[in-house]
Amino acid sequence: MKNTLLDIYEKEGTKKVLSSLISILVGLFVGAIVVVIVGLTKDTITNQGIADGVKLIFAGILCTGRNAAGELTWGFHGQALGNMLFRAMPLIMTGLSVAVANKTGLFNIGAPGQYLMGTMASLMIALGVPSGVMPGWALWLLAFLGGMLAGALWGAIPGILKAFLNINEVLACIMTNWLAANIVTWGFDVSNFKNIVENTKSGYVYKTTFGLTEVDGAWTYVNGNGIATAKLGLDKIFSGSQINAGILVAVLFAIAMYILMNKTTLGYQLKACGSNRHAARYAGINDKRNIVLSMAIAGALSAAGASLYWLSGNTEFFWSTYQSLPAIGFNGIPVALLAVNNPIGVIFSGMFMAMLDIVGQNLTGYTAYNEYITDVIISVIVYLSAFSLVIQTMLPKLRKANAANANAEPDPVKEEETKEGGETV
Amino acid sequence: MQSEYIIEMLNIRKEFPGIVANDNITLQLRRGEIHALLGENGAGKSTLMSVLFGLYQPEAGQIKKNGEVVKINNPNDATALNIGMVHQHFKLVDVFTVLDNIILGAEDTKLGFLQKKQARQKVQALSEKYKLHVDLDAKVEDITVGMQQRTEILKMLYRDNEILIFDEPTAVLTPQEIDELMEIMRGFAKEGKSILFITHKLNEIMAVADRCTVLRKGKYVGTVDIKDTDKQSLSNMMVGRPVQLQVQKEEAKPADVILDVKGLTVASKTSKKNAVNDVTFQVRAGEIVCIAGIDGNGQSELVYGLTGLEKASAGTVTLCGKDISHASVKKRSQTGLSHIPEDRHKHGLVLDDTLENNIVLQSFEDPRFQKMGFIKRDAVREYAEKIIGQYDVRSGQGPITISRSMSGGNQQKAIIGREIDRENPLLIAVQPTRGLDVGAIEYIHSQLVAQRDSGKAVLLVSLELDEVMNVSDRILVMYEGEIVGELDPKTTTVQELGLYMAGAKRM
Repeated sequence: MKNTLLDIYEKEGTKKVLSSLISILVGLFVGAIVVVIVGLTKDTITNQGIADGVKLIFAGILCTGRNAAGELTWGFHGQALGNMLFRAMPLIMTGLSVAVANKTGLFNIGAPGQYLMGTMASLMIALGVPSGVMPGWALWLLAFLGGMLAGALWGAIPGILKAFLNINEVLACIMTNWLAANIVTWGFDVSNFKNIVENTKSGYVYKTTFGLTEVDGAWTYVNGNGIATAKLGLDKIFSGSQINAGILVAVLFAIAMYILMNKTTLGYQLKACGSNRHAARYAGINDKRNIVLSMAIAGALSAAGASLYWLSGNTEFFWSTYQSLPAIGFNGIPVALLAVNNPIGVIFSGMFMAMLDIVGQNLTGYTAYNEYITDVIISVIVYLSAFSLVIQTMLPKLRKANAANANAEPDPVKEEETKEGGETV
Repeated sequence: MQSEYIIEMLNIRKEFPGIVANDNITLQLRRGEIHALLGENGAGKSTLMSVLFGLYQPEAGQIKKNGEVVKINNPNDATALNIGMVHQHFKLVDVFTVLDNIILGAEDTKLGFLQKKQARQKVQALSEKYKLHVDLDAKVEDITVGMQQRTEILKMLYRDNEILIFDEPTAVLTPQEIDELMEIMRGFAKEGKSILFITHKLNEIMAVADRCTVLRKGKYVGTVDIKDTDKQSLSNMMVGRPVQLQVQKEEAKPADVILDVKGLTVASKTSKKNAVNDVTFQVRAGEIVCIAGIDGNGQSELVYGLTGLEKASAGTVTLCGKDISHASVKKRSQTGLSHIPEDRHKHGLVLDDTLENNIVLQSFEDPRFQKMGFIKRDAVREYAEKIIGQYDVRSGQGPITISRSMSGGNQQKAIIGREIDRENPLLIAVQPTRGLDVGAIEYIHSQLVAQRDSGKAVLLVSLELDEVMNVSDRILVMYEGEIVGELDPKTTTVQELGLYMAGAKRM
């Protein structure tokens, strides 16, 4: 029994999981320390407030609110869990994007740009095709695939530059990010899409459930073309939340990526090119094609995340994005790091990051703290996941130290003996 | 009274996690002697020298200089004890001049300004005294490897070192340059300087050393006087069993032309001159043709041109009657070319992948190993196990061992197994024994001969003269991108070969 446990401990995978868990724990503890320090320096926060803050850091997702006595109540909270899963959905996709690229030796920092291009393509398809041309589900699918295609093409650009001109993909990705931000803004600006509004809102593209409909000979937007991700009863389980079946699609993508990378010849080629481009060329593998392909896959994954998010039917997109890049794209990097680039791991790390988001909301909602403390936690975790290799190499030493302690148990007796010896001399 | 020994390393023990790199090793260096340190890869030579240089602290044992115990905590302590070292891979700043490199770290300054004049005089005097010809004002990147080595030697002399360590100094030199170096080393010894000479080349030890200490697998085997020993017993000591130094082979029976190269030219990436210029030769079935030459004379580029890793700018390559001059790497490989690459870490293996995945590096698309794009893991593993058994590839976890964790010799055996098992009519082997120990070299040579005898054409590219002379049936010498001579190993001598390699003679 002990030996099998040791075997599991010795496995590479276990070390990776352990190092990620250690990163998370340390991150949460640092978050808790920040909560305590902030609480002690601020007069408005009572000791009870500090205790509540710390509790929320570790278990905020299970908080159901405050009762009449003003105490935090705990339990299954469908809304919080559902919203966590909903937010995890695009994070899992951008995390997969970064993880797959990383496995093939490329650093995809272009996820935000790919996400934006996916956003534009799916929204324009969903809103641009008149209602009634095809069923809502078909248009949903068309918009989803269109978004993925746009992301794939956008991701392929840094890939092409890397493969044929040897331009560092990080530089090219950063450039294409801002290009995307401006192209998307311009695209919505010159088209009529930015005026598709509900009631008196302006400047938002709101709800893909609106569709282009001919009313009395004029084209206007009317609610009811049905483009919204199916809920499959998930909204019943997690009542009051934004959840839909998109999270299942994201999980399926993760499993598909795991199979692609580990079971297929394509994944084998991509990984070989990534870990040693020279050896791949020597073996007759087309390294240029594979670099472009792997960036295109990464781009398609990020964009699919965008499509899932915006085709939910209850999200709103502000068209003028040229001054900022979507954080979901960049957050794919910590998600992938925390999962040690394992597609299955990305499912969990994506959910964890989304959970921190909800915890932040709870901190704002139920205590005098604000949500930015969760940013501190995320940043600590990101730092530590970059150190995950260090932690992995430290793990065996920890065990060795434990083993030494186990052997050292009889020591006190010996110590006493030497003491006695010392006294007699 | 002076001690007999200038440096003594007594009962040194150095452990790394999991292995004992040096186990109770004693090395005593006499004043004014040339002392060889012989051992296979992994025998602990480098570790021992690192201990002497203060890079590692031994767990047990002591170091004495002139009979007094000294503590060497870091390389600065070693320098203070007048210990100097020429590393196998030179530690020079490419864009600095020779003089700047020599004084680097030991500069004379006045008010913070460099005083190069005295330094120049001192270096010039040393260079004349020991006949170490260097151009003090040339940049290191522009001078030959031989001159770079002389720069390294001058660096030691400039610092008045009296204990000189040479780590594999002859690997990059021509036979003539090796002779010169030996002469220089003898000169130093006559001056009273003491030399530690790390090598695995038995000829050189026999030629120049006074005594030799042999290490094997981290253990001390013994110290012998060179005048009382011979090559065979030294190599037996080093390997621990009798070794076949001479390659056993029958007369070659060349048959059909397998590889026909006409006017092949490959442009250089770094200079305007062609790296390979108008090279024409043939390799027949059943013969081993060896491309000899000093490193950097276009051998690598020639192989890149043949295998398709680089595009040829002119000429044709015909393999088994098919023109493959413009074919892709994959196409050439499928036409019938196996390639044991020069750099097994760069080209030969994906180091971070498993052994089994590396064994199917070229053939993973073969229907044997995949179906509809899905890898047949069982088939791959079965095949990998076959190769591992057949070629005696030793690894920690068999097929799923990460290649990086294997020893160099076993990595090379895996590559050789993979390439030979593809049963192609042409085998190109580039420096297949580089960095390997005597046992592995013996094995690889016998495999090459076996391939020849089974009717394959073998093109061997080698920098090792012993290998060139012993294994090949025909020698082509490359100098500055051209084939300057064709020699018969049975009738030629190492000296004649050296003249061709240095460009002093050509057909």
